[in-house]
Amino acid sequence: MGFPDRIERTVEIAHPPAKVWAALTTAEGLGTWFGHQATIDLRPGGSAQLTWKSGDKADMRIERIEEPTVFGFTWHIYGLPDDDPRRTYVEFILEPAGAGTRLTVVESGFAQLPEDAYRKAYDGNTEGWASELGELVEYLNAA
Amino acid sequence: MPPDIEAIAEQVFIALADPSRRGILAALASGGPATATDLAGRLPITRQAIAKHLALLAEAGLVTAEPGERRRVRYRLRSAPMQVAQQFLAALARDWDGRLDALKDHLGR
Repeated sequence: MGFPDRIERTVEIAHPPAKVWAALTTAEGLGTWFGHQATIDLRPGGSAQLTWKSGDKADMRIERIEEPTVFGFTWHIYGLPDDDPRRTYVEFILEPAGAGTRLTVVESGFAQLPEDAYRKAYDGNTEGWASELGELVEYLNAA
Repeated sequence: MPPDIEAIAEQVFIALADPSRRGILAALASGGPATATDLAGRLPITRQAIAKHLALLAEAGLVTAEPGERRRVRYRLRSAPMQVAQQFLAALARDWDGRLDALKDHLGR
C-alpha cells in the first residue's frame, strides 16, 4: 500500500495554450471553473485567493510564471489547521498539441512532515485547548 | 515516504474503523478529558469495553492518560496523529479530475 505524495493528471484541451493560460491565471478564469470567485496578483511571490459559495477559501502563493507554459503555486493542505506551515506545490504545464493544448497538473508534497511533527505525532506533549484556555485565564487575571 | 508516517496514519485509521472507538474519540473531542467511568456514563458501552478501547487508543497515540481528581486517570485526546492521517485524506480529496472537467467545460471543451 502507500499514500500518494504526488498527484499527476494530463488532459487534452481543444483550445490553444494562450486561452488555457488565461483560464489558469486570471481572476475571471479561476473564479469560473475553479472557485466561485477569485483574486490574483500575477507575479512570483504574489498571492491569489479562491472563494466558494460554501464559505470555503483557498490562499495561494504564486511561485512560477513562464507564460504560456508553466504556472506554479503553493497552497495549504486542506484539513490541517490554518496555522500549519505545510503546503503542497501545484504546477500546471501547458504544451501545444496540434491546435489544442496538453495540460498536465502535478501536485506534490502530501507526505511532507516537518521534523518536529514526527516527534509530536509519536510522543509529543499535548498542549491543546486546555492549556490555551489556561493561558487565556492567566492573561485575563494579569490584566 | 518515511514508513513512520504511514504507520501513524494506519493506526489512526484502525482506531477509527470501530464505532465504539469513534464514539470515545468524539466524546473526548466534544467534552474534553474524561475518565473511563465518565465515558461509560455517556456512551452505550460497558466500562470494561471502554478500558480496552482506551488502551488501544493510547497505544496508537490518540489519547494520553493523565492524573485526574481523586487519583483517577483521565484520558485526553491527542490531535497530532490525526493531522498526519489528514495529509493522506487531503491527497485523496483533491479531486483534480473534477476540476479539470470543470476547466474543460469552462473553455467549451
